[in-house]
Amino acid sequence: MNSLGIDKDPKDTRVVVAMSGGVDSSVTAALLHEEGYDVVGVTLQLYDHGEAIDRKGACCAGQDIYDAKRVAEEKGFPHYVLNYEDNFRESVIDDFADSYMRGETPIPCVRCNQTVKFRDLLKVAHDLGADCMATGHYIKRSVNEGTGKAELHRAIDDGKDQSYFLFATTQEQLDFLRFPLGGWTKDVTREHAERLGLLVCNKPDSQDICFVPNGDYASIVKKIRPTAENHGDIIDMNGNVLGEQHGVIHYTVGQRKGLGIGGGHNEDNSPFYVVKVDPKANQVIVGPKEALARDLVTISSCNWLTDIPESGLDVNVKLRSVSKPAPAKLFKIDDQTAEIQLETAQYGIAPGQAGVCYDNGRVLGGGWIIDARNSSMPMAA
Amino acid sequence: MSVYLDYNATALMRPEVRDLVIEIMEGVGNASSVHNFGRAARKYVEDAREQVATLCGSNAKQVIFTSGATESINTVLNEYKDKRVLISAIEHPAVLECATQAERIPVTKDGVIDMDTYKALLNEGEPPALVCIMLVNSETGVIQPIAEAAKLAHEKGALFFVDAVQGAGRIDISIDKLGADYMALSAHKMAGPQGIGALVTRKGVDAPKFMHGGGQEKNCRAGTHNTAGIAGMGLAAELALKNLPHYDTLTKMRDDMEAKLRQATNNLTIYGENAPRVGNTCNVGIEGVPAQTQLMALDLDGIAVSSGSACSSGSFKASHVLQAMGADEDQAKSALRISLGWNTTAADIEAFVESWTRMVKRTQK
Repeated sequence: MNSLGIDKDPKDTRVVVAMSGGVDSSVTAALLHEEGYDVVGVTLQLYDHGEAIDRKGACCAGQDIYDAKRVAEEKGFPHYVLNYEDNFRESVIDDFADSYMRGETPIPCVRCNQTVKFRDLLKVAHDLGADCMATGHYIKRSVNEGTGKAELHRAIDDGKDQSYFLFATTQEQLDFLRFPLGGWTKDVTREHAERLGLLVCNKPDSQDICFVPNGDYASIVKKIRPTAENHGDIIDMNGNVLGEQHGVIHYTVGQRKGLGIGGGHNEDNSPFYVVKVDPKANQVIVGPKEALARDLVTISSCNWLTDIPESGLDVNVKLRSVSKPAPAKLFKIDDQTAEIQLETAQYGIAPGQAGVCYDNGRVLGGGWIIDARNSSMPMAA
Repeated sequence: MSVYLDYNATALMRPEVRDLVIEIMEGVGNASSVHNFGRAARKYVEDAREQVATLCGSNAKQVIFTSGATESINTVLNEYKDKRVLISAIEHPAVLECATQAERIPVTKDGVIDMDTYKALLNEGEPPALVCIMLVNSETGVIQPIAEAAKLAHEKGALFFVDAVQGAGRIDISIDKLGADYMALSAHKMAGPQGIGALVTRKGVDAPKFMHGGGQEKNCRAGTHNTAGIAGMGLAAELALKNLPHYDTLTKMRDDMEAKLRQATNNLTIYGENAPRVGNTCNVGIEGVPAQTQLMALDLDGIAVSSGSACSSGSFKASHVLQAMGADEDQAKSALRISLGWNTTAADIEAFVESWTRMVKRTQK
């Protein structure tokens, strides 16, 4: 077995490496190349970069594509740029806009991994006769000796762990994928970048959603769905109009700041939070913090990397990328949907985010949050 | 293994040309200088001008050297920016981008300009000042009926501009037979060096001035002569003309290759096969397999072909040529161009067919 778990000499093992032009995937590709693998670097052109930064005449490819190409040229392995603008628009950007239009708070990075990277690019890797595909994600893949099956585990580097964004990885995809950086901290990756002499070694980590380089996602949504900024009412839980909302895209469940309703406090002098976004009525409903408490969460379009018994499964669940996993019980409703019963209610659970289940460090899978309720209270608003 | 089948992108330089270029680069001399060194450089330039003129059935006086066909095209079209211009829908980006105001002449599904629409465009409104149609399309190899089209343009008082880049060294490009007033040429497509080209005009037609500066090229094109490049282009032109009969061999090789591709799968389209084509070009599409995947698979086997037009980053775009021929976007993104040249062997073709067949089997599983 070679280091990628394939029973071949590295030089006979073809690995397609998805390269973004950043430090992580550059190190992944350069390392595998150093180990002697038949590395094929691929960078996806996902959107017109010149258009995204609003600069007329700028090249459609951004600096990242050039950086990835330069790394491959320096190291001497083949590299290709695939134009996935159409796939990305259909699978990710349109869905991003539609999700906001449904009053949700979407995570486009999960969609991108799920469709463009692990469906479309993976097919290309198969077509090129690759033995596996590697990415620079911080997540661990290991083969369980008992079951013989590949499993997903949280990365060693807790701050960099990307397991939340990869819950939709299917068993079939996982069998073909490799994540060489999952066992490293970012510092180790940077050390290797320097050791390998990669010109990207000091490049800062990307922060924003890639196709919204200036952070102004509202203008992107507005471009695709012009009604997204229709104004409407901000109401309290009794239906009293408290102010004006400036388009549902600007509001997220749990949000307190930027509501613009003078003082923003109710009679008990407690602040208002967004409890619900209702795009159909074009309303934003606000209430006190208690009104946000939810302990029953329904998730759909689920992907599971384990069997879930009828009697339910004790798990730890993450309902936001930044929150810590919390204890809960998971029940399967059908192949597509499941219910999560939280041990302790949480505040600000937003539809459109992911519910990702863990058994300690192991990723069991998850789904998209479509609904959250409170078992002890009648449905609020 | 390394097989080069992308001669329409650039051709392998002939060794005689390479030797001449190196020999000149080992020396010194500005062709505009009065001294001995300058005179020697000037002789190379003027000999080359005659060689290029001979290839075009023209006179040395009518040849201006430029940095390449893109500059030749810019030179001419810049002169017609505010005039009515007709161009074909399958022109090279240099033409499309330099004549954004131009009206487009559509092509048939075989990739030949649609004569009826062309005539209608000529007859409607104010007659055009210029018509611009390429001699041979770079993606399909389809030869356009230039003599006929030029005659019609002249009847309306329009001048006629031919991008002859992909025709030079492959078919007769005598300027008077074609009826062209301006003709753009590139050295590296006919096994000469890169970075050198020419603008040839018909007797009585002046080349427009585009590059300003010194008085080189009879004050028509400023800039120190690229002596080595020009001499290389001259020799390449001479050899191209001499080797024209070799094209029959390439045609046979290409036709055999296409027959073998058909044996591998009948799910393919050969674009332009029902029109007259130059012998070295084949454009083959397999539905449902993106050209980028095909190209990568072949490249990883060491075989170089190409597809549509690529941007400087190497990212792919659907071919505007195939779309103009009626292909939908998916089809226009699923075609490869294989282009043969003077150094192509039967073994090269065999290696390509083998790798292509393997790729087709893998992707159509």
